[in-house]
Amino acid sequence: MTEIIKHEPTTVYIKPPKGLAALNLRDLWIYRELVFFMIWRDIKVRYKQTLLGALWAIIQPVLTMLVFTFLFGKIAKVSSDGIPYPIFSYTALLPWGLFVGALNQASRSLTSNHNMITKIYFPRLILPVASVLGGLVDFAIAFVVLIGLMVYYSVTPSWASLWTLPLFLLLAIIAALGVSLWLSAINVQYRDVNYALPFLTQFWLFITPVAYSSKVISEKWQLAYSMNPMAGVVNGFRWALLGSGSGPDASLWVSVAISFLILFSGLIYFRNMEKTFADTI
Amino acid sequence: MAIAISVKNLGKRYRIGAAQTKFKYGMLREVLVDVAMTPVRIYKGLTGKAVRGTSSSSSFWALKDISFDVEEGKVLGIVGRNGAGKSTLLKILSRVTEPTEGTVSVRGRVGSLLEVGTGFHPELTGRENIFMNGAILGMKNAEIESKFDEIVDFSEVSQFIDTPVKRYSSGMYLRLAFAVAAHLEPEILVVDEVLAVGDAEFQRKCLGKMGDVAQQGRTVLFVSHNMSAILRLTQEAIVLNKGQLLMRGPTQEAVDYYLSSGQAQAGERIWDVHEIPASSAPFRPISLKVKDRSGKVVDTIRSTEPVYIEFEYQLDAPITGLRIGFYLSTMRGEYVLTSFDTDDPQMFDQFDSRKSGHYISCAEIPADIFNEGRYGLGVNASSFGVRRYFMDENALAFNVDISGAPGTQWLEPRVGPVRPRLEWKIEKLV
Repeated sequence: MTEIIKHEPTTVYIKPPKGLAALNLRDLWIYRELVFFMIWRDIKVRYKQTLLGALWAIIQPVLTMLVFTFLFGKIAKVSSDGIPYPIFSYTALLPWGLFVGALNQASRSLTSNHNMITKIYFPRLILPVASVLGGLVDFAIAFVVLIGLMVYYSVTPSWASLWTLPLFLLLAIIAALGVSLWLSAINVQYRDVNYALPFLTQFWLFITPVAYSSKVISEKWQLAYSMNPMAGVVNGFRWALLGSGSGPDASLWVSVAISFLILFSGLIYFRNMEKTFADTI
Repeated sequence: MAIAISVKNLGKRYRIGAAQTKFKYGMLREVLVDVAMTPVRIYKGLTGKAVRGTSSSSSFWALKDISFDVEEGKVLGIVGRNGAGKSTLLKILSRVTEPTEGTVSVRGRVGSLLEVGTGFHPELTGRENIFMNGAILGMKNAEIESKFDEIVDFSEVSQFIDTPVKRYSSGMYLRLAFAVAAHLEPEILVVDEVLAVGDAEFQRKCLGKMGDVAQQGRTVLFVSHNMSAILRLTQEAIVLNKGQLLMRGPTQEAVDYYLSSGQAQAGERIWDVHEIPASSAPFRPISLKVKDRSGKVVDTIRSTEPVYIEFEYQLDAPITGLRIGFYLSTMRGEYVLTSFDTDDPQMFDQFDSRKSGHYISCAEIPADIFNEGRYGLGVNASSFGVRRYFMDENALAFNVDISGAPGTQWLEPRVGPVRPRLEWKIEKLV
């Protein structure tokens, strides 16, 4: 036997969960290594036994961009704020792809790992969190194409706005995680989520300025429109990378507030349902 | 001595609502009717008028008012019939599910040999799965690295360590998975033999590992139906029945209490009306009993004495060519024997046709047949080549105690499901 790593046993108190303390985010920190392992597993496994492998991370947004360019840019001649339409839509497709991919992966994360949930303890939050963060790799791969597009169309971002890009990425993750927590927890009990999700994402695409500019929305609808966190994210991406639009304003803060609202309500709902996951899954 | 586990007034309530039983049998017609009724249900749900019968969710307590402490380094046995709450208790202790009331404090990491292979991904290699599985079981990365070579040696799959585990044979897969779980070295080990799967070798390994862990002064909780294993491996035991803790004491006392209290239907199976499928008519099973020589219903039989198996049933109409069959199997699912009540040609002629009425088919299994362990008994009622009326492959289970059986002067366990008393002769030739 090799030497055994000694550690002082910690005492765990198991009791019926109550209140906000029940969020138990400390456990998530203790199990942080597992989060990385789960992300790593998801990435390793994602494109196994596919012909094109990680190329799919590029093919999906690029093909969508080409279709959008043809339909909206060439045929419908949708305004793209004076920016070449391909780069206009691709900039939006990046965070949108991250968001939709996260929703798809995370909503199934609990049900597809049911054997883990019914057998061992680990913070259940790890599963949707890892699914959402795992999408960042695809995002990074697809981002390379954007750089190519920017060079091709000679679009130079200004440093004054570029530094905000990570913040908008963070906002996209917060929004995706919040919605994912709701969907994954509901999915444990009602598999209807699997059937509703395609409609949800399709509908959500219509109310997000991916294929069109948010300027086409009339003034009186602007507030309602910015209730969609992804509207804030997409406008933010365009502003940070392409300098389009006026930059952060009141409507962005509406998006931010709604994102956090979804995240916190999602956390509470998830934690509330968590205690019965092993029994109902 | 420090307390490793302290359980106070623990309770766990499960809801048995309509949601779980609905569509259990997945009939399309039921599904369609249910879909058609959805608006009605939603309307009634909103207005507070619950649909009669379906949405009134009843609940039951799988555990209620359980309190006990386990000192560090103790091996505690947990005995009780199926549904007594043993597995629920272990699930709460390992934090898979949360209690409805009460508290538990657990000092140290809880590991279970049941978690074997949890989180293994078929596409990942053996090496990758070791790290993945270790992390899921709560090991730190550095800890896994320090034990990596040992785990690989133990699993005996070192040449395939960089092959995806989907290409492994099931034996290799299980060995690798067990190797990781066995090296977790938790402060508290939980072993649920009732749920343990795998071959005899694997189960032997599990028990061996349990022994090692106990020797190292760690705390072990051991759940089993096998009273001899409980007696051999634990010093103290608790008895659960219907979610209540009946007693706690030295293992011998607890096991005696459990066996003698004849809890519920030990050694006996009685079919409720709703358990009998409509398709079995006109055959109606009533009860199946395992009895000893004195006619007492027993859960544990002695290998050195004959056993009587009694199947009571009702025929609501005459059946031609009916035969009642018993299937004996080990807990690992290997059949030991099959026998029918009209195997004997004379019986076959005499009972060619059975009139409607109330019957008992009873078989005597002679002494010196069974080896130590737990056996499953299945029943079957059929007319050969015509129809199978009724079948219950797992009607009941009983234990065999081998004290006094041949070869018990050696304490080693014997392999094989039978332990007959053979006529041996030893001749000295030179």
